Amino acid sequence: MSEVILEMRNISKTFPGVKALDDVSFSVRRGDIHALVGENGAGKSTLMKVLSGVYPFGSYEGQILFMGEERHFKDIADSESVGIAIIHQELTLVPMLSIAENIFLGNEPRKNGIVNWHEEVQKSKEFLKIVGLRESPQTLITDLGLGKQQLVEIAKAISKEVKLLILDEPTASLNETDSEKLLDLLVEFKKHGMTSILISHKIQEIKKVADVITILRDGATIETLDKGRDEITEARIIRDMVGRDLTHRFPPRESIIGDSIFEVRNWNVFHPTHSDRKVCKEVNLTVKKGEVVGIAGLMGAGRTELAMSIFGHAYGKHITGQVLLHGREIDVSSVEKAVKNGIAYATEDRKSLGLVLIQDVKTNVTLANLENIKEGMFIGSHKELNAATYYKNKLSIRCSNIMQKAVNLSGGNQQKVVISKWLFADPEVLILDEPTRGIDVGAKFEIYTIINKLASEGKAIILISSELPEILGVCDRIYIMNEGKIVGEMPVKDASQEKIMERIMLTQEVMG
Amino acid sequence: MNTFKSIIKNNIRQYGMLIALVFIMIFFWISTDGILMRPVNITNLLLQNSYIIIMAIGMLLIIVTGVVDLSVGSVCGFIGGLAAVLMVRHHFNVYVTMLICLAIGAAVGAWNGFWVAYQKIPAFIVTLAGMLIFRGLVLWLLNGESVGPFPEEFQRIASGFIPDVFHYPGFHLTSIVIGVILSIIIVFLDYRSRRNNQKYEFEVLPLPFFIFKNLIVVSAIMGLCYVMASYKGLPNVLILMGVLAVIYTIITNKTVLGRRIYAMGGNEKATKLSGINTDRLSFFCFVNMGVLSALAGMVFAARLNSATPKAGNSFEMDVIAANYIGGASTTGGVGTVVGALVGAFIMGVLNNGMSIMGINIDWQQVIKGMVLLMAVFFDVVQKNKSGK
Repeated sequence: MSEVILEMRNISKTFPGVKALDDVSFSVRRGDIHALVGENGAGKSTLMKVLSGVYPFGSYEGQILFMGEERHFKDIADSESVGIAIIHQELTLVPMLSIAENIFLGNEPRKNGIVNWHEEVQKSKEFLKIVGLRESPQTLITDLGLGKQQLVEIAKAISKEVKLLILDEPTASLNETDSEKLLDLLVEFKKHGMTSILISHKIQEIKKVADVITILRDGATIETLDKGRDEITEARIIRDMVGRDLTHRFPPRESIIGDSIFEVRNWNVFHPTHSDRKVCKEVNLTVKKGEVVGIAGLMGAGRTELAMSIFGHAYGKHITGQVLLHGREIDVSSVEKAVKNGIAYATEDRKSLGLVLIQDVKTNVTLANLENIKEGMFIGSHKELNAATYYKNKLSIRCSNIMQKAVNLSGGNQQKVVISKWLFADPEVLILDEPTRGIDVGAKFEIYTIINKLASEGKAIILISSELPEILGVCDRIYIMNEGKIVGEMPVKDASQEKIMERIMLTQEVMG
Repeated sequence: MNTFKSIIKNNIRQYGMLIALVFIMIFFWISTDGILMRPVNITNLLLQNSYIIIMAIGMLLIIVTGVVDLSVGSVCGFIGGLAAVLMVRHHFNVYVTMLICLAIGAAVGAWNGFWVAYQKIPAFIVTLAGMLIFRGLVLWLLNGESVGPFPEEFQRIASGFIPDVFHYPGFHLTSIVIGVILSIIIVFLDYRSRRNNQKYEFEVLPLPFFIFKNLIVVSAIMGLCYVMASYKGLPNVLILMGVLAVIYTIITNKTVLGRRIYAMGGNEKATKLSGINTDRLSFFCFVNMGVLSALAGMVFAARLNSATPKAGNSFEMDVIAANYIGGASTTGGVGTVVGALVGAFIMGVLNNGMSIMGINIDWQQVIKGMVLLMAVFFDVVQKNKSGK
C-alpha cells in the first residue's frame, strides 16, 4: 500500500438552500489514477473546487491534507504553488497567443524584467515532448484542434511542477483517437509517479485507466472501488451513480414505422472559408414517419455540418442537392424557411447555440414559433404560459417555475428546454445533434424516453451521436458517415459497435 | 419583516434607479431652495431633455441587440440642418419638411444598418464613421453658419403647449384632466396584470405594496400635471415623449418583434438558429434609430429656433449613458424603455440642478461621469449578489 498524497476529511459545503457536499471523505494514493464519477450535480466539481481553493478555506467545513500537511488554500494560486493543478472542461488557453506563451502565461522566464523568449521556447519544447505533442512552440493555439489544445493545457500544468493533476472531463469534447491518446498519456505519467484525479462520465474509459474509482451521489461518497480488490462493472458503477438499478440503459420501444416522409438527395456542401474543401459529398438519406434514424461517425465526419446545412444552410457554402418532404421539394435556403417547412434542429452546443441563457424557460420554449402565441398584434401571455407549462409537464423539465432563467437549469433540463422549443415549432422532421452530451445517466434515460414518445407520435427523427451504444439503443436504422460521405447503412438489428467501427475504418483505409 | 426585506431585495434592482432619481431630485430641491421644482424649471427640464429622451428610446433597442450607435448626435444635427435649409432657405411647407426629414432619418439609419447587419462591419466602426460623415454633411449643408429662425408652426413642436379646452383662468385644467385619465389607465392595467399573475400563481407584490406602488405612481403623475398646469400646461414634447414611451414599452414587452430583439441580444446565434432573421432585426433597429434621431434633431432645432453646425455634438454620449444608468447591459439582451427614461432624467436633473447651483461645467462633467460609473457598478454588484 503506497503512501496517501491527498486526504480530504469530512468536507461539507453549503450553498444557500442546497447542501452541495455532505461530509465527504476522499483520499488519493500517490501514483494512482483516481477516477471521480457521479451524475451532474453530484458534487464532483464542487469537491474539486474546494480542493483547488476556488472555494477558499473557511467557506467549507472539513480538513484537507496534502502531502501530509494540513492545507488552507486561499485561492487557486495557493493550491498551484504546492503542486495541485486543475484542468477544466472549458479550456483556459488564450487563442491568439502561441503554445509557448500559453504554457508560461503568468510564469514567464525573465531576465532583467524582460521575457526570455529563447528559454521559453526551449523549455516549451521539452514539455511538448513529454506530452507527446509534435508542434512548434510558436504555433498559435487557435490553429490547434481541441485534442492538441488539451495537451497544451497539460504541458502548462507540468511546467508548474505539478504533483497532483486534476482533469475535469478531459475527453468530453475529444474524438476517440484523441481521447485514447490522452488516456495513454495519463498512464504514461503514472509510470513516472504522477498522481491524477480524473472526472469523467465515460464509464468505459474509467474502467480502462483508473486504479481507484470513487462514486459520488447527491453530495456524498457512495463507494470507493479499488481495481484488483473489488469487482468493477459498468452496471455497478451506474447503479451507484443513479442509486437504482438501470437494467435497461435504454427504454424499450415499439417502432411503428410509416412511409418515407423526408429525403435528402445528392447533398453537397463546401467549407464556408476554405471553399475548395468539400465537407459533405453526394449525401443521400431518407427518414420514415415514426422512425429514429441514427448517423454514426467519428468527430469531424461531417455529421453536424450535414445537419446544419440541411437546416436552412446554417453551415457551408455552395450547397447543392435537394431536400424533399412528402415527396415534394422544399426550400431550405434559410433557417426561417427550413423551420416553416417543418424541419427542426437541436444543436449539439445547447449553451451557445441552443438557448438564450439569460432568459427564462417560457421565453426559450416559445422562441421558434412566436407566431403561434400571438393574440392580435401582441404576444398572448396566456397562450405563452400555457404552452410553456404544457412542455414543462410533458418533458418533465425540472425548474422552480417557468419563469426560471435557463442558465440556472442543469444540463439535462436545458436540453429538455431546447427540445421543447422545437416541439413547439411543430416540425415533421426533428434532427437531434448529440442530445445527451454532458448530461448524466438519469437525464439521458429521460431524453431517450422523449425520443421514443416523439417517434410514436409520428415524427421523423434523425439522431446524431458519437456514442455508439446510444445509436444502437435508440435508433431503428443507422447511417454511417465518414469524411463527408455516407459509407454505410444498416438496420439496427444487424448492427453492432464492431460493425460500425469496421465500416468507418475500412473506408478510411481505402481513402487513405 | 422577513418578507418585507425580501421584497425590497427583489425589487431594488428594478426600482433602484428610480429611487436614486427621487433622491437626486430631493437633494437639488433642497440645495437650490426649491428652484428645481418650480413649474417653470420643471417645464424647462423636460424641454431641455426631450431630444435626449427621444433618442434614448431608439438607442435602447440598439443596445439591447448588443451594440451602440455613435452617430446619433451627428445625425440629429444633420437633420436639424436639413430642416432649416428646406424651410428657411427654400420655404418648404413645415409638414412636408418634417416628413422629408423623417424619411431622410430612416435612410440614414438604413445606411448604418446596411453596413452593420448585412456587411458585418462592427457597429462601433460603422457609427463612428457615421459620426464623422454626418457631422461633415451638416457643416456642408449649413456652410458652417447658423440658419434660422423657423416658422412659428415648427417652433411649436418643441416649445409649444397643448391647448386648454376649459379656459379656466390661471390654471391649465386640461393638463389635470389628462393626468387623471392617465392615472386611471395605469392603475387599471397594473391591477389587471396583477390579477392575471395571481391566476397563474406567480409571485405578485403583496397588496399593501401594490397599493403603495400605485399611490406613488399616481401622485408622481398628478404632481407633475399639477406643477405643469400652474405654469402653461403640458408641453407638446412631453406628450410626444409620453406617446413614444408607451409605444416602445409595448413593442419591447408585448410584441413578437420586441421578444425577438431581446432574444437576439441575449444570444444571437441561438436566435438565428431558431429561424429568426437577426440581420433584418438589426437593420430595423438602426432604421428606427435613424427616424428617432431625425425627430430629436427637429425638436432640438425647433427649441433653439435655429440650426447650427455644432448642434447635437456629443449627444450620443448622454443618450448611451442614459441607457446604461437605466440598467441596460453592455453585452445586450437586457434593458427597458422605462430604465432609459429614468437614466435620461437622472442626467437631466443633474445638469439642471448643478447649473442652478452654479457649479462649473468642468465639475458637472466629473460628477456625471461618476454617476454613470456608480450606477453601472451598483448594477454589477446587484447581479453578482443575485448570481450566488
